[in-house]
Amino acid sequence: MTDIQYVAPNTLDEAVGAFAAAGDDARVLAGGTDLLVQMRSGMVEPGLIVDIKQVAELTSVEETADGGFIVGAAVSGAVLEEHPRFGQVWPGVLEALNLIGSTQVQGRASAGGNLCNGSPAADSVPAMYAAGAIVTVQGPNGSRQMPVEEFPVGPGKTNLAPGEMLVSFTLPPRPPASSDAYLRMIPRTEMDIAVVGVGVSLTLEDGVCTAARVGLGAVAPTVLLVDAAAEALIGSTLDDAALDAAAAACSAACNPIDDKRGTIAYRTKVAGVLLKRTATIAADRAKGA
Amino acid sequence: MAKLHVSTTINGEPTEFLCEPYETMLDVLRDGLGLTGSKEGCGSGDCGACSITLDNRLVCSCLMLAAEAEGHEINTIEGMAKGENLQPLQQKFLEMAALQCGICTPGMLVAAKSLLEHNPNPTETEVRYWLAGNLCRCTGYDKIVRAVMDTAEEMRGAAQ
Repeated sequence: MTDIQYVAPNTLDEAVGAFAAAGDDARVLAGGTDLLVQMRSGMVEPGLIVDIKQVAELTSVEETADGGFIVGAAVSGAVLEEHPRFGQVWPGVLEALNLIGSTQVQGRASAGGNLCNGSPAADSVPAMYAAGAIVTVQGPNGSRQMPVEEFPVGPGKTNLAPGEMLVSFTLPPRPPASSDAYLRMIPRTEMDIAVVGVGVSLTLEDGVCTAARVGLGAVAPTVLLVDAAAEALIGSTLDDAALDAAAAACSAACNPIDDKRGTIAYRTKVAGVLLKRTATIAADRAKGA
Repeated sequence: MAKLHVSTTINGEPTEFLCEPYETMLDVLRDGLGLTGSKEGCGSGDCGACSITLDNRLVCSCLMLAAEAEGHEINTIEGMAKGENLQPLQQKFLEMAALQCGICTPGMLVAAKSLLEHNPNPTETEVRYWLAGNLCRCTGYDKIVRAVMDTAEEMRGAAQ
């Protein structure tokens, strides 16, 4: 690790330029809670570290005129929690991000890093799927956008082309009586990796669910968008039959691994249970909104 | 490769140091600046023994590059007591025997101080969640939690 370099550019163009020029050797440093651990263990030996926290677009939270939000890729969980409005509009996204790690980790870890790390068990990612977030990436050939569910392509693998970095998440404006929620199953109460994670975002009109999206984590090589579960909720009053159908759709979507955290059978069953609980919380919030 | 020159503020004192690009803040605090109060337990952000504040935000110094300190304010356990005068949490930890071997104690104190600055009236649950990233092998946590609750109560009383 003797020929490593560190830069902290002030603009996005400079950051992308330095990152792209260094090729495969470069790593982006946002909160560093994954990168520094990987460097210490010898998993990665970057030639160049590009610290992106001096770049305004990457570190700011903006509420747009239409009521949407643009969250910079390097915004930490603690900063997002302190935003006066974000948690009111997107409580599920916020609670998902804030579940990651300790208070110390919250001071640094970002939704952007969580997505780019490519873990199928990343807590904020199912909530971002449910929210319908659009991600903006920028590389040497300019910027492009994609739905967040197109970003992960496998464990540790993303849709980023060489030289591209994640810039921001754009969350859409919310209709009235809309809300979201995220729940994860872990064997303890804090500081663990999801066995299953479920994000649900929905809209109610006169007690009927008119729009829904469901993100499902830790049960497949990537986080999944479960359209069949959303379709089971839409048009219903979130009665038991609809919740049972959506839960069955989540269980059917599972393609999990068997490991020390949970067996295939356990993860598959819990995915359905969590869907019901998460949808109920999101609906209660939407009624209160 | 030339070392990086970093200008920062540590415990209120303008400080300059040289570091390698890959060195962590904890490396520089302990090995470069002789501030050995921050401990390295795990080096991966799990144990909290290296807790410091960066611009008043609680972080693990093992998960931060020293180069990132440029232009920012660092506070460590060494800045907590003012000369011979212990900060109330330090005094209370002694009185209530909220430590045994002492390795986790600097991180516990820095984290607890940060909690009380954010929330002067925490519930026991809030204390336990806030300190969930600080591991202790000796105390079973109960004395630590009670000491933090007691300090919070005293500090609220003193503020009135």
